[in-house]
Amino acid sequence: MTSKNIEYSSVQEIVGPLMIVKDVKDVTYGEVVRIRDPAGKERLGQVLEARSNIAVIQVFEGTKGLNTKSTFVRFLGETMKFPVSEEILGRVFNGTGKPIDGGPEIIPKERRDINGAPINPSAREYPRDFIETGVSTIDMMNTLVRGQKLPIFSAAGLPHNKLAAQIARQAKVKGEGESFAVVFCGMGITSEEANFFIEDFRRTGALERAVLFLNLADDPTIERLIIPRMALTAAEYLAFDLDMHILVILTDMTNYCEALREIAAAREEVPGRRGYPGYMYTDLSQLYERAGRLLSKSGTITQIPILTMPDDDITHPIPDLTGYITEGQIVLSRDLHREAISPPIDVLPCLSRLMKQGIGEGSTREDHDDVSNQVYAAYAEGKELRDLIKVIGEEALSERDRKYLHFADEFESRFVTQGSDEERTIEDSLTLAWELLSGLPKAELKRIDKEYIDKYYPKKEE
Amino acid sequence: MAPENTGTPEPKIAATSAEKPGRIIKVSGPVVEADGMRGTKMYDVARVGKDNLIGEVIEIMEDTATIQVYEDTTGIAPGEEVHPTGAPLSVELGPGLIGQIYDGIQRPLPRIMEEAGDFIHRGVSVSSLDYEKQWKFTPNAELTIGNDVQEGDVLGTVQESPVVLHKIMVPPEVGGKLEFVAPVGEYTLKDVVAKVQTETGTKELTMVQKWGVRTARPVVKKFDPILPLITGQRVIDTFFPITKGGTAAIPGGFGTGKTVTQHQLAKWCDADIIVYVGCGERGNEMTDVLREFPKLLDPRTGEELMKRTVLVANTSNMPVAAREASVYTGITIAEYYRDMGFDVALMADSTSRWAEAMREISGRLEEMPGEEGYPAYLASRLASFYERGGYAQVLGSEERKGAISVIGAVSPPGGDFSEPVAQNTLRIVKVFWALDSDLADQRHFPSINWLKSYSLYLDHVKPYWHENVAKDWFQLRQQAMKLLQKEEELKEIVKLVGPDALPPGDQAILEGSKMIREDFLRQHAFHKIDTYCPMEKQYQMLRIMLEFYNHTVKAVKAGIDIEKVRAMGCIEAISRMAVVDNSGFEPVFDKIEKEMSEEFKILEGS
Ligand SMILES: Nc1ncnc2c1ncn2[C@@H]1O[C@H](COP(=O)(O)OP(=O)(O)OP(=O)(O)O)[C@@H](O)[C@H]1O
Ligand SMILES: [Mg+2]
Repeated sequence: MTSKNIEYSSVQEIVGPLMIVKDVKDVTYGEVVRIRDPAGKERLGQVLEARSNIAVIQVFEGTKGLNTKSTFVRFLGETMKFPVSEEILGRVFNGTGKPIDGGPEIIPKERRDINGAPINPSAREYPRDFIETGVSTIDMMNTLVRGQKLPIFSAAGLPHNKLAAQIARQAKVKGEGESFAVVFCGMGITSEEANFFIEDFRRTGALERAVLFLNLADDPTIERLIIPRMALTAAEYLAFDLDMHILVILTDMTNYCEALREIAAAREEVPGRRGYPGYMYTDLSQLYERAGRLLSKSGTITQIPILTMPDDDITHPIPDLTGYITEGQIVLSRDLHREAISPPIDVLPCLSRLMKQGIGEGSTREDHDDVSNQVYAAYAEGKELRDLIKVIGEEALSERDRKYLHFADEFESRFVTQGSDEERTIEDSLTLAWELLSGLPKAELKRIDKEYIDKYYPKKEE
Repeated sequence: MAPENTGTPEPKIAATSAEKPGRIIKVSGPVVEADGMRGTKMYDVARVGKDNLIGEVIEIMEDTATIQVYEDTTGIAPGEEVHPTGAPLSVELGPGLIGQIYDGIQRPLPRIMEEAGDFIHRGVSVSSLDYEKQWKFTPNAELTIGNDVQEGDVLGTVQESPVVLHKIMVPPEVGGKLEFVAPVGEYTLKDVVAKVQTETGTKELTMVQKWGVRTARPVVKKFDPILPLITGQRVIDTFFPITKGGTAAIPGGFGTGKTVTQHQLAKWCDADIIVYVGCGERGNEMTDVLREFPKLLDPRTGEELMKRTVLVANTSNMPVAAREASVYTGITIAEYYRDMGFDVALMADSTSRWAEAMREISGRLEEMPGEEGYPAYLASRLASFYERGGYAQVLGSEERKGAISVIGAVSPPGGDFSEPVAQNTLRIVKVFWALDSDLADQRHFPSINWLKSYSLYLDHVKPYWHENVAKDWFQLRQQAMKLLQKEEELKEIVKLVGPDALPPGDQAILEGSKMIREDFLRQHAFHKIDTYCPMEKQYQMLRIMLEFYNHTVKAVKAGIDIEKVRAMGCIEAISRMAVVDNSGFEPVFDKIEKEMSEEFKILEGS
């Protein structure tokens, strides 16, 4: 271990967020450094590369104001830690883990490495407890379960925050009053956005049961790389030490990825797709995979990361690599938003991979899976016909096709559309879906088991 | 590389004191440089730092070696020691592999959990196989003491699981006069079960072999694979079949169904042994297999699916170097069972993550990047991996054949198949199942695009279908394919003129192809019956659907309005054929067929 007492003044080079210090001894890979800038103020950094006598350091609070002459570096001999204890509930922290709500310092039960460690796949329990969010397009068509990581793919100017707040407010597991808390992590968001969440949590009394981590738009970008790790460390403590059910909201992951790109560029690494580093997949997985459930513990971590797709492009590396790691995605659409459909959830590219185990008899309802599949197929067909009639006109459609067209319209205006305070039970959503499906010929409901059709198809005066 | 066979129980890859330690001069993520390493061989394992982390030498420059480390390197400092072991990264092969879940370098995850708890911490030393457990060894009755044995000869057997009779074989490159073979009895993996007098002296053999993962285990010769690997998935078996010993790639964007398809194959395909490699993917997906397989019964043997399965799991958040190694660990285990004469199926999900691991390591070595930053050797690494599959006569004086089917998922960025991993893979594999996001969005699963996918094994498997199912299988398959192709062309026209403007014959095509698409190609993996469709049922479904089409053509030719055909009751019955019970579907299908004919007769009579 490095000696904490030596303060080096041998800064050789400063590039972007990186600093190179020479003539160092016994530096370990990944350890934290404390930097004293020419003005005498302290900031933190981390060793990215350790050589026999040279260390490459990433400076969390940015390199602005540093020089090679009067900047001093002390190696702390340990990795980045976050103090945990139940006192963190109700508190607000900044990007270096300091309380910024004016409250007292946290007296830690323990100081934990913020990088965490991978969960042993053998130790995991498969997530299967249905979370009712009260939002039809999620509950019925892309069911969220406890321990899942389900991101919201949004874009600039779309109401993702409203949706996330609604989920945080309404989420509940049937018949259970277990302890539940929110860990909120803002990365590069505006203070307006931060306040929106804080106000919403305050209004609903969730604030005392929330832990907030805030790195605002004008805070150092490099801190965005550590703040989610602190938030997830807090979440792991609450879930796996205190047996709580934790909902983690990470926003905006796009800002996180930009910070990652900045570091890579400063290191002159060979860039991957669109300038993002080749290891971005691995890096993101080290955040997202911290969601889950363990066999030996009753607490859970459910993650809702939010990201804004650059250029509304779902194939951009940020949503793309996220989708490759998370267990589905909720996608917001600018087209629907323009048509004042709210929340503007485009169900077709949405997915919940953990849905199959969380629904059906015993948790939601026996017909859930079939109904969801049928609605998907019918809506997809209706939308395809919309494209067709642009060319050939509606008159050229058959009676049957017109019904599908109508279904798609009704689906958007009645099923997708929902007030931001409107809570629908899963039964409400299924009933509404059956009502819409009854506008199609019964024989077309091929994806639904006959038994369920007999049982749930609305009995109409014919 | 000389494969060795030692019976000493040892923690996974011990450091030997035989060689002088080197010293770390640089640490950068998973890559460590050390000097004082002259004499170390490429791909030898070295123990790194005071925590004895496991690493592998991947570059040597004079005195300096570059080592990729399979565990987290945080806290490691220049100056710490590096101990070369003098041996390559190897797996231990013997009874106890079946039912196990390993990390990328063959450490059993349940043992790591016992040692370290719910989270994986580095520096945990556990052995790959259980050296305390007793196995009942039955010597091969054909053996005579004093006679020669050669590599691959069976020394005896162990019932490893209810469905796996594990052959204890003479390891490759060992041969000579048999001096001793143990009598029937309970033995541990430490016990010597045979002695062979070789040119270099007597070799004591236990039930364990060691083999370096980066070297293919030798076979006598390879053949063209001719038997279908039956998967119970209609779009695969009937349209784009794979063989026992064949290779397939399944590329697709996120959420298109790669993992579900691979899980379906692992569950239902008729291989003897499944090796499932989760390479850089989700933790929950491995847990899914781990929790679900013991509950599922193999329809052929009635035993738990886990009793024929070996899992290798190096999830996305586990160390990236071990991810690179995981596919080699998997394929080496597969080869070992192939050598016993089994048909093995290996699934690798996802080979793209493996390629990315190569890219990451290569980047840290500052190698000259090739296309999209991948190292120039990407293509050759992919090729030599798939090349380790195949249908082969294996080593041994008694003739045995075994096969490895290799099925690799590919995760192209942005779902665009024009990237290097997908393109290089396509040059190698014989089956291509192209997943399609549009189909997945509509919840048409499996989302295998029927126009883009192909199988080069159609001719190989034709005789099997014709002998075991029906003589006209191929002809029906071709007719169905033609309908689907025609549909695609017609759809373009419909976009311009609307469906009603098509001539009746074309409308019949649209009706027929729609039925094949929705009711045959679509298959619900999570439906208790539809999850597996026997070959005979696949054939009958397709036959009835094409008969419907032929009737329809006749009807519209006779001037009957297509709307009347669309309103027929048999259409719904046909659409539900997939969920008719697999045992005893025949009478139900007969009835559907009869009613269909009746209905058409009435229609034509009117
Ligand atoms: N055959 C199938 N039957 C029913 N549903 C399916 C089928 N195949 C895929 N799905 C659905 O699609 C979802 C995504 O599939 P899967 O996880 O296999 O995608 P993937 O291609 O492996 O994605 P990624 O690259 O992100 O891992 C599944 O969770 C399931 O809901
Ligand atoms: Mg997958």
